[in-house]
Order: sequence, then C-alpha cells, then structure tokens
Amino acid sequence: MADLLANPWLRGLLQGALLITVMMTAVAWISWFERKFAGRVQSRLGPTMVGPSGLLQPLADALKMFQKQELIPSAADSLLFRLAPPLALFLALGGAAVLPITQGMLASDLDVGVLYVLAFSGLLAFPIWMAGWSSSNKYALLGGMRMVAQGISYEIPMVLAALVPVVVTGSLSLSDIVTYQATHHWLVLWPPGLGLIAFIIFFTMALAEGNRIPFDIPEAESELVAGPATEYTAIRFGLIASAEYVHSLITCAFASTLFLGGWDGPFLPPLCWILIKTVGLFVLITWLRWSLLRVRSDQLMALCWKYLVPLSLGILLLTGAFIQWVG
Amino acid sequence: MALSTEPGLSAAIGGGSGSVSKSRDGQAASMPTRAFVPDPYLDLARYQADADLLTLSFGPQHPSTHGVFRAVLYLDGEIVVKAVPYVGYLHRGVEKLCEKLSYSNVTPILDKNDYVSPMCNEQAANLAFEKLLGIEVPLRAKFLRTLLAEMQRVASHLLWLGTFAIDLGGALGGGTSVFMYCFRERELILDLFEELTGCRFHYNTHCIGGNRHDIPAGWPKLVHETLGTIDARLDDYLGMLEHPIFVDRTRGIGTLDAELALELGLAGPLARASGIDHDLRRDAPYHIYDQLDVRVACESGGDCWSRYKVRLDEMRESIRLARLLVDNVPAGPISASKPLTNVTQFKITTGQTYVAIESPRGELGTWVIAGGKGTSPLRMKIRPPSLHALAAVPYLFPRYTLSDAVAILGSLDPIMGEADR
Repeated sequence: MADLLANPWLRGLLQGALLITVMMTAVAWISWFERKFAGRVQSRLGPTMVGPSGLLQPLADALKMFQKQELIPSAADSLLFRLAPPLALFLALGGAAVLPITQGMLASDLDVGVLYVLAFSGLLAFPIWMAGWSSSNKYALLGGMRMVAQGISYEIPMVLAALVPVVVTGSLSLSDIVTYQATHHWLVLWPPGLGLIAFIIFFTMALAEGNRIPFDIPEAESELVAGPATEYTAIRFGLIASAEYVHSLITCAFASTLFLGGWDGPFLPPLCWILIKTVGLFVLITWLRWSLLRVRSDQLMALCWKYLVPLSLGILLLTGAFIQWVG
Repeated sequence: MALSTEPGLSAAIGGGSGSVSKSRDGQAASMPTRAFVPDPYLDLARYQADADLLTLSFGPQHPSTHGVFRAVLYLDGEIVVKAVPYVGYLHRGVEKLCEKLSYSNVTPILDKNDYVSPMCNEQAANLAFEKLLGIEVPLRAKFLRTLLAEMQRVASHLLWLGTFAIDLGGALGGGTSVFMYCFRERELILDLFEELTGCRFHYNTHCIGGNRHDIPAGWPKLVHETLGTIDARLDDYLGMLEHPIFVDRTRGIGTLDAELALELGLAGPLARASGIDHDLRRDAPYHIYDQLDVRVACESGGDCWSRYKVRLDEMRESIRLARLLVDNVPAGPISASKPLTNVTQFKITTGQTYVAIESPRGELGTWVIAGGKGTSPLRMKIRPPSLHALAAVPYLFPRYTLSDAVAILGSLDPIMGEADR
C-alpha cells in the first residue's frame, strides 16, 4: 500500500477521485441547504417530500437529470455544445486541488497556488461562452456575450484584491499564506482596514464570477430565459448547474483561505474551522442571493471599471507601502 | 404638436453601440423636450438591418412577458433600437361571445378578462347594463361594490409588485422572495373573497341590480385584520425593495411624458405616474365614490420608479378606503332585482351607453349597444387599459437595454387576458 502511494501518478489519481467525490457530495448537500434556506427566507418549507426533511432531494434531482432525454438543437455546434458543460465542471473542480483543507492536507502544494485558483476560476467564463455560442439560440448568445463582458470586468479587481494577501505574506503558495495567518494575523484584519476592504472587493467580485445574484447577469432568468443554459437539457444542464455550485463552494473556501485564516482557529480542530468558514461564507452568498435584485450588465461594468479597479489598485499600493515601512 | 423627429432622441442613441451609459445620460437631458415622436422607432437608417441588428423574438413564450405578449426587438448589442409589439395570442372572442349571451350571463365570462382583478370587470359591465335598464342599485350594494373594488385593487397591485420584483430580480433570487411575500398577502384577500362569494378567483358576484352575495357574519372584522396586516407588511417590502439596486434599475428608466401618455390613451397608474392627475374615482365618480375623499396618488417622473410609487401609494389609499367603507356599510337589500329565474329576464331593445370605471390598471370601459331581440347586446366593446398600456411599448423600449425592457414591460402591468380578450 505504501509503495503504491509512492507512485505519484497513482497518488494523484486517488487524491483527485477523493476530491471530486467529496466536492460533488458537498454540492448535493449545499444545494439542499440552499433550497431549504430559500424556503425559510420566503416563508415556505422548501423540499420536504424525498427523505427526511427532503434530504434526498438532490439525489432525486440527479437521478431525474440522468434519466431525461437529451435534446441537442440541430442548428447547434454539436461538439462545442457537448463539450461545454463537462468543461465547466472540470474547470470549477480544478481549483480545489491546491486548497489547503488542514495543515498538510491538500492534494497539491503548488508554489503558485493563488494564481492557479484564479486562473481556473477565470477560465470558467469560456465554457459558459462556448455554451452560449454553440447553442445557436439568441438568448443563449446574449448570455454568453454578457458572460464575456462580465469576465473582463470582475477579473481585474478580483485579482488585485487577491494580491493583497500575497504582498503581505510574500508568497503565492496557499499553504504559506495560511501558515502566515496562523502565526501572525488573519489577513482580513491585517493590514488594518486595508485587508477588510480587499476582502470585501474579493468577495463581491466572487459573486460576479459565480454568476450569483446580484450579478447573475449572464443567466438572468427574467430576461434571457436561462442564458447560456437555455438549450441544455438532461444531465448536461445538471452539469452546468452543479459547476456553478462547485465554483461557489470553492470560491468560499478560497476566500476563507486567503483572508480568514483558512484552517486556523482556537479550540476546534482545523478541519472544523475551514468548514465553518466556508459554509459561513456560503450562507452569506445564499442570503444575498435571496434578498437582492439583479444589476444591469452596464452597471456591473461601471462598478468594476470606475470604482473597484482604482480602489483595489490603491489598496494594493497602500499595502505595499505598509509592508515597506510598518512591517 | 412637434411632428419632426427632434435631435434629442437620435442623439441619445447616436453614441453608438458601446456607449450605454452615455446614452443614458443623454436621454435624461433630452427627454423633457420630447413631445411626440411620429415614428416611434429609432432611426433605422443608421443600421444595416441584416448586419448590425439582432432580431429577438421576445415572447410569447418567455418568463417575463406577463403571459403571451410578444415583441420583436431589434437589438444593437444590448440596446433595443426598435420594438414591435404583437398582441392577440390570448384572443378568445369575448366581445363576440357576449353578443350571444343574455345580459345576466355576460358577467361570468368577463371574470376571465382581467384575471387579476375580476371584480372590476364585473363591475364595469354591470354598471353599463344597469344604466341601460335604468336600475338604481341599492345603497348597500353600492357600498359593497366599492369595498370589493378597493380590496381588489390592493390584491391586484400586490400581484403586480411581486411580478415586477421578479422581472428585476430573476426567478431565483431576491425578486422571488418579494413575489412570495406579495402572494402570501394577496392570498389573505382572496380568502376574504372566498368567504364572501365562495370563489377565490372568478367570483361572479356582481349581478344586474346589485350583488349576489351578502356580507357573512364576522367578515368586516376579518377585513380589518387582513388589511391591517397588509398595511404593516408593506413597510417590510419597502425595506426589501428600496435599496440602491432597485432605485438604479427603475429611476429614469422607461420615461413616458404626459403628452405621449395622453396621445396613447393611457389612464390609471401609468398616466398618474407621468403627471396626469386623473382618476375616475374622483373625477367621474360612480357608486359611492362621490361621498369618499379619494386621495389620488400622482408622480411626475413618468419612469418605472414613479409607476412603482404611484401603485404603492394607491395600495395604501385603497386600504384606507376599504377600512373606512367596511365600517359604514348600511343595512338593506343587496340587489334591486329579483333573484334570477330566467336568464332572459332582462330585455333592452334600444339605446347604447359607455361606462368607465377605474380598474387597478386604468380606465376599464364597457360600451354596450342594445338591440336585436333585446335579450343580449347587439355589440359590446370593452376598453381594456392593458391594451393601451402595451401601445406604449414601441415608444418606451428603444434606447434602453434588454434588461430595462423587461423592467419597463413589468412596470406597465399588462394583463394579456384583457388586452387580447
């Protein structure tokens, strides 16, 4: 067994399989949680029929998705159309590889972990755009266009905000960043004020990246029917939906790693802390989703380019100055 | 009336495809000078119709077209350059059907016209028939009809508020939450109607000469409780809705000036949001509105925000009126005519009349020409406020984005059941 694990290929395969299993199970539960939460927000019950408190609802949904007949529009670009949903899920899951769950418990301790996660989640705009373009449906096309427009808007402030912890810790490795926070300060508090603003910018832009209300502009059910997913049916639709959840979850974990100290925390074991922080942020996302309205595409672009890019640049500069002269 | 295409409008869109915010700023300056655009469509000559514009068939199967409204939108990027509305997908031939039905059988058919405020349809038709027949409705029935109309207005505006929030906030988000709350409150009013008439939706409670159902014991108290609850909860919705996102999405969007509103024959909340202080309840009172002091909500902005404000104020005013009315319903009979034994009981051989009431959506008119054998109308024309509201679509959509178009359509509050009849 030990020499089996020594083989890096086999080890990677096992870790990958484990990670995917854990993430997809988490997504099922998180989607149940979100539906329950939304139900309570709207003074109704949410799922109750399948299993106790509707706990088996995600399973039933997945089974249903698998059973459904898949329709591919004859005018669609068949290859891209088929490729987009699995690619979306792949890119969403990819980011999980470098997230330090506890000290030493991570699939891969990359030196450029921050860049890796940002790159994977940034690429997520492509499968969505592919889906929109290849559907040969005008609503889907508009949704895909919106996704691209949104992508070039949120990405810059998000990356700039994520660079603040990098500047403070002097490392792009996520496990280094968490170790720094465990030994020094959580980066949401340090540098004082700046860290908090950077966290807020990062989190807001993460909402835009995950197509979450108030920035679910590409999907925009009331305007574009279902945006890029309009023509999708059966399990491919399910893949797009679950990619969104996976991405939200990973963004929450990433934000808590960068700014909230990752697995660091008193009394409870590290695994509990990372879970508490991730789920806490997810609750926040859900809460925002079920209480806010949607902004318009040009409003998001104005927000990003006119306010958040200068602001995050300023924050980054001030952080550099702070590190240089204060320490 | 300035019949030339004024520069303001073309300047508004003239910024080109990439300048969404520029055109938005531009229209704020140019809008007040706009009187009437003979060609509602923007200057299409600037575009090569096939190469530059995306033609989007918006509806009839679309989540936000409030039923089966359809508009063909010509999009320059996200900006609507031209909008062509199509109605008629829900045409059922109601007016023609009325010509075959006896006067007393018309009412239940009309319930299905404006299915969000059925009471008002019944009211408009029966008022016209009573005027032709020369029947004076008993005072108790007048009070009851007024009370029901005001409660119906609250229910109808609640539904509007909920669907408008969905238009702005998506089917899976904060908009749905507001929608659920509004429907919860609307249910309370439907419960009251059910207690009164036995039906939740298509009541058939007005009849020629009065009302069919009398107030049950304990009902006024329930009305007070329900309306009190709704009044209190309206503040919660304000807290949930009136945040910067909502204001940015509605203020200055879909501006409709008073002159154009008059030209298009708009009435009701849409006209009042554009600064036309006109309300049939006050200006041409029917039933007992002449004894009531109706405070008419009026705004001057003409945009989605003003329409929202007007409807909210109207809801509060209707709640006030309903609570006032329910305490003062006099005793007496609820109908001037005998219980119906024969559907051809009412005969009108000559004459014609037009009666208009203030429905939640505006002026709901019924024009009846009597004749023929006298047991059914020779011709019956219904003036649905929603149809006139939809006539504003070609004027309101252009130069706004697709997202705004959805918001504007929502703020017009069209009910296709009555627009298509």
